Amino acid sequence: MRATSALLVASVALISVFTLAPFLWFVLTSWKSASQIEAIPPEIIPEFHWGFYRSALEQHDLGRYLTNSIVIASATTTISITIAAAAAYAITRFPSRWSRWYLMLLLMISMFPQVAIAGPVWRILHYLNWLNTYHGIVAAYISLSLPFAIWVLATFFKEMPYEVEEAALIDGCSRLQALWKVVLPIAAPGLFTGAILVFIQVWNEFFFALIILTNPARQTLPVGIALFPGEYTMPWGEIAAASTMATLPLVLLTLIFQRRIIRGLSAGAVKG
Amino acid sequence: MDRDTRTALQFLVPSFLFVACFSLYPISESFRLSFYRMILTLPWLGRKFVGWENYADLVTDPVALDSFITTLVFVIVSASAELALGLCMALVLNAAFRGRGLVRALVLIPWAMPTVVSSQMWRFIFNDRYGLFNYVLFQNQTERYLAPLADPQLALAAIIVADVWKTSSFAALIILAGLQTIPDEIYEAASIDGATPWQKFRYLTLPLLKPALLLALLFRTIDALRVFDLVFVMTQGGPADATNVLQFYGYKKTFAEGMLGYGSAISVAVFCISLTLSTLYIRVMRSSLVEEPR
Repeated sequence: MRATSALLVASVALISVFTLAPFLWFVLTSWKSASQIEAIPPEIIPEFHWGFYRSALEQHDLGRYLTNSIVIASATTTISITIAAAAAYAITRFPSRWSRWYLMLLLMISMFPQVAIAGPVWRILHYLNWLNTYHGIVAAYISLSLPFAIWVLATFFKEMPYEVEEAALIDGCSRLQALWKVVLPIAAPGLFTGAILVFIQVWNEFFFALIILTNPARQTLPVGIALFPGEYTMPWGEIAAASTMATLPLVLLTLIFQRRIIRGLSAGAVKG
Repeated sequence: MDRDTRTALQFLVPSFLFVACFSLYPISESFRLSFYRMILTLPWLGRKFVGWENYADLVTDPVALDSFITTLVFVIVSASAELALGLCMALVLNAAFRGRGLVRALVLIPWAMPTVVSSQMWRFIFNDRYGLFNYVLFQNQTERYLAPLADPQLALAAIIVADVWKTSSFAALIILAGLQTIPDEIYEAASIDGATPWQKFRYLTLPLLKPALLLALLFRTIDALRVFDLVFVMTQGGPADATNVLQFYGYKKTFAEGMLGYGSAISVAVFCISLTLSTLYIRVMRSSLVEEPR
């Protein structure tokens, strides 16, 4: 028995180092001085300078990228989950051949290469004069996140008891009232899980943002971090600082909502 | 049309409008454009119907063929490594130990962070002058330091390492969910019958885990086929096209060179490969939502 537990401790340690060490190294880099970054042998403990954060904020407009990401990801998540909840409700409460077809269609769409969608989306937004606007990228992101959101919510709704809702309908509630007053409160944890997953997906999205947001005033964090200026001398300290700030909200989300995230992902995948 | 159907439709319409405008229409446009010659940098050529010519060009284009092979190598190596690693991680995370919740959350971090961030991170680690990778391999012998991202022999391997680090945890999650559906009783029964741990793993866990393994494999395959962010940040398809995967090639043709027709043909080709795989996935998985309505 002792041999097994030693093996377990060793594997847990190995997994933790494998997943944490590279990122921790990058985070530590953001607090180093310029000479520490290039030191050989590498210096692990930083001097805890905040200089790279200051220069990322002041010279590279990190604050603006952060604002854009927050606005775009929150707006998309709110609208997408609302629309997806309605669709998932219809699919699970009025199952028919059509609702099954719709789920298949969504699955198909979510497997499409982004290149195939991004070009025509660019032309639609160009035609509407919506390039480089919040509403333009949010519209594209809503449809990008809907297939996954509907699948996850449909799995949650399917597990919900139908009886409470039926009782409300018999008592004279309309469908909309039943949805609003009875279903949504019960479904809140599921909706919340869906919202976290959509938020992470949108926060991290790069391809559409790269193509649709060419004006730096509207670009999101991934675009800002990917296009960090510097061809020969990379400003690694600033990139590490920006990366840390872009990842911090997600690290907090995963640490706090680990159970929900795992449940949501596996609900969408294994049971779905 | 009865009342229920009408209500159902009302609830579906908003989602369908978005999907139709920003997914279905664009997809059909890509299919249509792949039969046209349309080059944005040569606007006087206009839009000319050329039939299957773009596809004929695609199968004879040596860069496209190289790109196809690069993509294939990337998909096969990274997806199998992620599956193997994901299985090991899932087996450990399924065991009972103190602090399991925290370790599960830690494992999620690579999955949750933006791919652009993990790409910059690995680019820094693979730096030719002061990257951690070189120090771990050669310590102070700086004359032996490698530049993996500038070396056509190593660049693809470097990208695969970055992808495996980022997405193994997703595979682990899917496999973990599969592990949790296996009831403890069958292991107890096997123990009473005197089965060794290896026999339990080989004859109970693996067969019962097959659906979850397959699902993780197909998810990872379809995602790896569409790899873009990693390549864009780490190598821009270079050096010497060594990491020029199909989705990056399609992006370059469409958006950098303005060859809309040819670029569309490349993305349709990527789609056909994904479609074949996803059909396989649906066949094998028999989703409960799709197969058995209430």
